Amino acid sequence: MNPRNPALWLVAAALVALPFVYRQPYHLHVMVLILIWSFAYTSWSMMGRFGLVSLGHGGFMGVGAYTTALLWNHFGVSPWIGIPVALVAAGALALIVAWPCFRFRITGHYFALVTLALSGIVLQVITATRDQTGGSLGYTPERTKGSALAALQFVDKETWYLIALGVWAAGLAIWYLVDRSMLRDALEAISEDEDAAAAAGINVTAEKLKITVLSALMTALAGAIYCQYQMFISPDTVSGIAVSLQMVFAAVVGGIYVAFGPTVGAIITILLAEILRIGFGTKAVGWDNLVYGVLLIVFIIFLPKGILGSLLERLKSPSKH
Amino acid sequence: MEAFLEIFDVFLLEAIISGILLGGVLALLALGLNLIFGVIDVTWICYAELIMIGMYGLYYFYAVYGVPMWMAVPMCIVLVAILGLLLHYLVIEPLLDAAPINQLLATGGVLFFLQSFATVAFGIDFRNLGIRLPVLAIGDMHFSYARLLAFLAAIGGMVAVYLFMTRTYTGTAIRAIAQDRHIMPLMGVDTRRLYLITSAIGGGLAGLAACLLVLQYDVHPFVGLSFGPITFLICVLGGLGNFIGGFVAAFLFAQIISLGGLYSDLEWGYVLAFAFFIVMMFVRPQGLLARRS
Repeated sequence: MNPRNPALWLVAAALVALPFVYRQPYHLHVMVLILIWSFAYTSWSMMGRFGLVSLGHGGFMGVGAYTTALLWNHFGVSPWIGIPVALVAAGALALIVAWPCFRFRITGHYFALVTLALSGIVLQVITATRDQTGGSLGYTPERTKGSALAALQFVDKETWYLIALGVWAAGLAIWYLVDRSMLRDALEAISEDEDAAAAAGINVTAEKLKITVLSALMTALAGAIYCQYQMFISPDTVSGIAVSLQMVFAAVVGGIYVAFGPTVGAIITILLAEILRIGFGTKAVGWDNLVYGVLLIVFIIFLPKGILGSLLERLKSPSKH
Repeated sequence: MEAFLEIFDVFLLEAIISGILLGGVLALLALGLNLIFGVIDVTWICYAELIMIGMYGLYYFYAVYGVPMWMAVPMCIVLVAILGLLLHYLVIEPLLDAAPINQLLATGGVLFFLQSFATVAFGIDFRNLGIRLPVLAIGDMHFSYARLLAFLAAIGGMVAVYLFMTRTYTGTAIRAIAQDRHIMPLMGVDTRRLYLITSAIGGGLAGLAACLLVLQYDVHPFVGLSFGPITFLICVLGGLGNFIGGFVAAFLFAQIISLGGLYSDLEWGYVLAFAFFIVMMFVRPQGLLARRS
């Protein structure tokens, strides 16, 4: 991921040009989904790669999606304002939960389980406030009668493809910036040994908080974009423990230590689900997750760095294998 | 008794007693998980899914193949115990030296696998045993026999595990390994065998819990998600691996859910319980009964 690499710009140009040349709506739809989820998985890996395994990202995504949709439907607030509000809400939630966690040094299993409770809370709150959110039946943002731009509702897939592409690229850019910053060094030191890092003068709590809030903001944005694109959200598709696990799973399969890893994870998981769905129809219900589950186990045991991570490592040092 | 009932709101009392009965079942759920964590130092994220499979097991043994209940229940317990054994042998053992979080994620993979296996094999319909246990009425309060039975069986299961752990040679070895897993192999203890036994006991407890839950609730492939998270929170709140802490936490949680559900919807009971958990994590990060260091 070097911005001076001409091949990178060529690929970028090809990706931008794609919807102008190729307009098959179903394929574009799948690509939009891949891009949005890639962004979400990348957001998770931002902190996941430093050993901060959060199972609360389903919660952040739910907050992003539902805040945007609720503000639009109940108060007529445009998503252009609604999304920033949703991000602030998700960021605040991340702060409220993560600050004490880091302050009191809740790490590893315990951190994963505290954040698990967070996704549980968000899911239950959405279900419990069914008068406002539609509960488990799901929720649809109202179709705009005015400007499509102001409401961030577009019918054509090409526009959504470009938006999703932009968001995904922004996610990778943030990854790249973090990768080159002091934050990364600090967090790597912390993930190796917290006490040693603290002794070396790193403010452990503050550094961890930065990456957590950043990751939560990105995840909430992914939720909001997903909501605007699909025009339908339900607690099970954007929040809760299942979504959190789905993020972890896809990111781990792709590889959480390399920038494109989560994207590779998203491509594999979404294509797998779509191929099974088209190939076997309703008979395939459950099969995609069956394959996911086995893959996840096999990957963790044999390829803990993920597909892309292991591949890149093999390319770099073939002699070691 | 009448005067006593008048002082308290009858519904409040009913909710409290229901909470205690629910607490028994939650405590049993937490016990198996705590045992695994305390001894093997691994969290089975898929624990609730093992219970789900057990619930299907009992459903098929009893309602489909017509096995009498007194035989179906032990069969179900053995079935899940074997699953626990397999889980340890196939997934945990290769990962014993890996980062704890990898073990957590691998059992997350098992969760996906079991859930979708159930979807593929049994379909997504809700199923139940088709037995309706009578309702016990005391004054104006109503309790289901299923809950009472579950409570008693849960207590029985816990006493059995306690006796096994304290009175038998294997149990003592398991407790020793939980205290220091590095020294025990040097003492000539076959840790591998003890881990497998522990996994089987953990699975067996899940099987017992499955038999009790399927009496009260319908079974479907995603039923695990409805009580799985709460089980983890109870274990963590009690201090992972701390049996008594888990026991206390189970009853606390059950009361919060039950009373929260009394004053509002059941979901708010859960929200309260989750929020309580997060606050408690900050107050007592090492669990309810841990001494602060």
